[in-house]
Amino acid sequence: MEFDKEVDARNLNCPLPILRCKKGLSDMEAEQTLKIMATDPGSVKDFEAFCKQTGHELLQMDEADSVFTFYIKKHINE
Amino acid sequence: MAKKLALIASKGSLDWAYPPFILASTAAALDYEVQIFFTFYGLTLLKKDISDLKVSPLGNPAMPMPVPMPNLAQMLPGMESMATMMMKQKIAKKGVASIETLREACLESGVKLIACQMTVDLFDFKPDDFIEGVEFGGAATFFEFAGASDVNLFI
Repeated sequence: MEFDKEVDARNLNCPLPILRCKKGLSDMEAEQTLKIMATDPGSVKDFEAFCKQTGHELLQMDEADSVFTFYIKKHINE
Repeated sequence: MAKKLALIASKGSLDWAYPPFILASTAAALDYEVQIFFTFYGLTLLKKDISDLKVSPLGNPAMPMPVPMPNLAQMLPGMESMATMMMKQKIAKKGVASIETLREACLESGVKLIACQMTVDLFDFKPDDFIEGVEFGGAATFFEFAGASDVNLFI
């Protein structure tokens, strides 16, 4: 999947992956896609909740070798 | 309009420092407007140097210990330092953020930190003891924000 920026949040625990994601999105343009990787199993539910509440779109979530990769499209209004 | 989170942080040990800073930084990431009111021992969390926060197994029967230990043994000299050291090692090993990191994240994301003026006076703290950006206020200050908040928690 194509993306505009990549953030590595592996080996970090709650709430750091979400904080890194928010920071990563902050200097991106609307509609751009952020790829973020995490190993915290709780991040699966947390990223869904983050996107639901902030309006960013969770385009895709993959899991391979205990690494979760999320693709998040930045909301148009932020 | 942004949602609002009002927290009261009343405890100043290493373990209890986590909930207010985790919730505040996360809520800020979720675009909440956040205020934390630090009172009594919670004021410790606003000091410039918070590297000496401690955790005590005393009076805390639920704290996981490497070996079961009677409560009386937990009051021996050195037990608190040992528990604190072990907790810090675990925190680092598991990739859990340090309190300094979480507090920094709160400051960066505009979380408002309010020190309870009454407790500051009670404990003879000086405004200079605290990090920059801290505001001072009383219960009425807390309610001005808390009364219009969506989530209010006492920690």
